[in-house]
Amino acid sequence: MGEVIWTTLRLAGLTTVLLLILATPIAWWLARRRAWWKEVVAAVTTLPIILPPSVLGFYLLIAIAPASPLMAPLHAFGVRTLAFTFEGLVVGSMVYSLPFAVQPIRGAFEAMGPRPMEVAATLRASPLDAFFTVALPLSRRGFITAAILVFAHTVGEFGVVLMIGGAIPGKTEVISVRIYQLVESLQYGEAHRLAAGVVAFAFAALLALLLVDRRTDEAVR
Amino acid sequence: MSERAANPGVEGRFVGPLGGFRLDADFTLASSGITALSGPSGSGKTSLLRCIAGLARLPGQLHVGGEVWQDDRTFVPPHRRPVGVVFQEASLLAHLSVRGNLMYGARRTPARAQVGLDDTVALLGLAPLLDRAPGNLSGGERQRVALGRALLSQPRLLLMDEPLSSLDAGSKAEILPYLERLHRALAIPALYISHDAGEIARLADRVIYMRGGRIVAGEAPAPTLEGVDAERRDRLALAALRAGLEP
Repeated sequence: MGEVIWTTLRLAGLTTVLLLILATPIAWWLARRRAWWKEVVAAVTTLPIILPPSVLGFYLLIAIAPASPLMAPLHAFGVRTLAFTFEGLVVGSMVYSLPFAVQPIRGAFEAMGPRPMEVAATLRASPLDAFFTVALPLSRRGFITAAILVFAHTVGEFGVVLMIGGAIPGKTEVISVRIYQLVESLQYGEAHRLAAGVVAFAFAALLALLLVDRRTDEAVR
Repeated sequence: MSERAANPGVEGRFVGPLGGFRLDADFTLASSGITALSGPSGSGKTSLLRCIAGLARLPGQLHVGGEVWQDDRTFVPPHRRPVGVVFQEASLLAHLSVRGNLMYGARRTPARAQVGLDDTVALLGLAPLLDRAPGNLSGGERQRVALGRALLSQPRLLLMDEPLSSLDAGSKAEILPYLERLHRALAIPALYISHDAGEIARLADRVIYMRGGRIVAGEAPAPTLEGVDAERRDRLALAALRAGLEP
């Protein structure tokens, strides 16, 4: 049981860190561009919210299979496939939770508006300097929201991890999948303990989110 | 080059479409003193200021103190232009204290600072505000901080876009004496957008008028009404009337 929890937390933690790094430039671009077709990109990054996990899992499985053109560059490094590996789960979780990272960060950048970056420029800060010393601190609540959402959403995912991870103990078996297997084999006692833990965790995550929002409201006022 | 060295003020010209209209502005500023830029709303004053700061880009030329900021081949990006900008809304950086705001630009300029923190704080009466957050300041206090912040970035040109227009009468009355002190202490050219004839009379050495994206009259002496010819008096009366009409 400890192993399953550790795998889950490791997956959620790694997904959160990598996804915040990946989502930040996407969110910045979406927030600053005026072209209408940027919404096409926005729609693509939001798709995982609407798609059934089985659809997402199916395509992800094809994408990380040995025959996939996306995997071809990795063959040189001795990696043939990411299917049924922890690394594959991280990639899948990042795709699955992408909208939960992009939306809050984009919203924070949009709420900030272009003025603070202009102010920073007239105060001699280069665009990169201004991004780190002005845009990031002013948008920090968007990043906190994104981090909580991505972490919680990754802990809560089931369909995608089952399809591309295969529930290999110690490698790709996470809490949600273990609960499913426990229930299947009628081990309700242990299923209860894990499930209750997830409920408590989900409550704590939501409470944290609401408290962050509240502080944002106060800061705006 | 030698011509410019003899007159190291500001000269520039911007021509091109911007938003819904066409800017075609040819202007010069003397090497020191405040030049007011006046004219009806939507005449292109703010657009011209943004072009000078490098925040907007239109074809044209701009020379400041003998240096090229923009010509056919050059466009110096805003963060490499020694320009101080005070926006209509103070636009303080909300995550920094007053001191943090003042030092943001100062830290990013070369060491040979001509404008020091102590002098700026004294000039603008900022001492009691230094450790406060921008959110807890009055409108007038915020604009004083924005002004100090711009000065501490060691500009060679100061641009102010209606810095008083968003303030109530009380805050305006409170900040005007500081601006007059700044005017006396300032050794660089400054452009001050306003359509308040009273403000212009108190602060400006010269006035430029803009209408429909063009400069229609420039480099006239500041409007002290004595000795002003009839045509200019009419124009001033009109400007004052317009300022009164516009919220």
